[in-house]
Amino acid sequence: MAAQNLQSVPAEPTPREQDPAEQARIAAQEADGQASFDRVMAEDSRIEPKDWMPAPYRKTLLRQISQHAHSEIIGMQPEANWISRAPSLKRKAILMAKVQDEAGHGLYLYSAAETLGQSRDKMMEDLIAGKARYSSIFNYPALTWADMGAIGWLVDGAAICNQVPLCRASYGPYGRAMVRICKEESFHQRQGFEILLELSNGTPAQKQMAQDAVNRWYAPSLMMFGPPDDDSPNSKQSMAWNIKRFSNDELRSRFVGMMVEQVRVLGLTLPDDQIRFNEDTKKWEHGPLDWREFQEVLAGRGPCNSQRLERRRSAHDDGAWVREAAAAYADKQRAKQSMKTKEYAA
Amino acid sequence: MSPHGNPEVPASSATEIDRDAQKVSAEPEASASTTPRPAVDSAANQPVETPAEGRNAWGLWEVFVRSSRGLSHVHAGSLHAPDAAMALRNARDLYTRRNEGVSIWVVPADAIAASDPDAKGSFFESPQGKDYRHATYYTKSEGVKHL
Repeated sequence: MAAQNLQSVPAEPTPREQDPAEQARIAAQEADGQASFDRVMAEDSRIEPKDWMPAPYRKTLLRQISQHAHSEIIGMQPEANWISRAPSLKRKAILMAKVQDEAGHGLYLYSAAETLGQSRDKMMEDLIAGKARYSSIFNYPALTWADMGAIGWLVDGAAICNQVPLCRASYGPYGRAMVRICKEESFHQRQGFEILLELSNGTPAQKQMAQDAVNRWYAPSLMMFGPPDDDSPNSKQSMAWNIKRFSNDELRSRFVGMMVEQVRVLGLTLPDDQIRFNEDTKKWEHGPLDWREFQEVLAGRGPCNSQRLERRRSAHDDGAWVREAAAAYADKQRAKQSMKTKEYAA
Repeated sequence: MSPHGNPEVPASSATEIDRDAQKVSAEPEASASTTPRPAVDSAANQPVETPAEGRNAWGLWEVFVRSSRGLSHVHAGSLHAPDAAMALRNARDLYTRRNEGVSIWVVPADAIAASDPDAKGSFFESPQGKDYRHATYYTKSEGVKHL
């Protein structure tokens, strides 16, 4: 699918395309394309890879989907660190399954991004070179075992809140990838909740550890929804394109409402004494968030930015021999196969 | 065959696909693709000399999964792999982590010929206006049993 779609990427203009008649023909084609794109938007239908789409739409999607993919890949790190220290074989197996899922989610999303005309190798290069962004949440450290619980409950919880509406994103391959991801993500949140619940019902020290993890992950997980609406210039356009279905603040408010209920079951508290349900707006409100910190982490100055990138880079380099060996083996098999074919022909 | 298909014998799992036809259609598509993948023939001639960088760009494969016996293989997604055996292994790990399948097909993406989306009007116009091809077109038999 993706390989064919690469053709639909607008190419550099050739001399022939500078001819006025040719230009008029291209302009007419663009107008047709725009009309059909607008119709699809109005009908709330889906754009597929080979359809005409406005260049900024393609660019926005490519940025969003590749960043999303990078987040899944980098997101393996805080949890993978804890696999060897998980408190039981069961927890180890669960954590391994979760980390493997994150890798899978990254690959689904790279595939979706590839249909927009960017190769996966190029995206990987950009990530390793530090040119690409990923969710700032993964630049925070996972300090204790309770962080595995808080990450699953809060970080994956926020991700689900964000991702469920993306299943209806106007770009077909993105929506389909999100459907698959959301199905798998709910186990992630539940296992995190269970870890916190067990700790909360354990010794006072264990309960304290759970509360401490929730305290540290609460604000960063709220910031996962992105800047406030009046400071989020791209949101409006993304909503007009049916990529985004709800605003950042709307999703954040919904998330807070869900967490308020769930934290009671956990027997813990959220580190925010300003949470309240606004009867007038019918929305949940929370205390102020430190957006300067958000911008700092995003700009690469978070607690773990360089560590995460360095780890990704070394994993890529350490895997080079595997990729080379697999390719060499494939070449050898093809050579054997073609020898056989020649023998038959002779 | 194991429930996940046997990656060691990739060719036999996709017997419903005409492999000769694939090779023919792969030729013109390959030039249009910007994904650099070593051409099968040149790789066969110089298996050892192929530069490592070129080899790192693995080909793209489309994955089709049969969710249970009696159902068709359905497109699940795509992935990169150096050859069919690895594509099958990767497809198993990527698309059947939760028992989603009893059989997998992998197909080189550039071997798939697709209809032109811009031509959908004329290409699919023939069945339009031919309601008589549907049972619902025939209303006079309404109320008649077993018809």
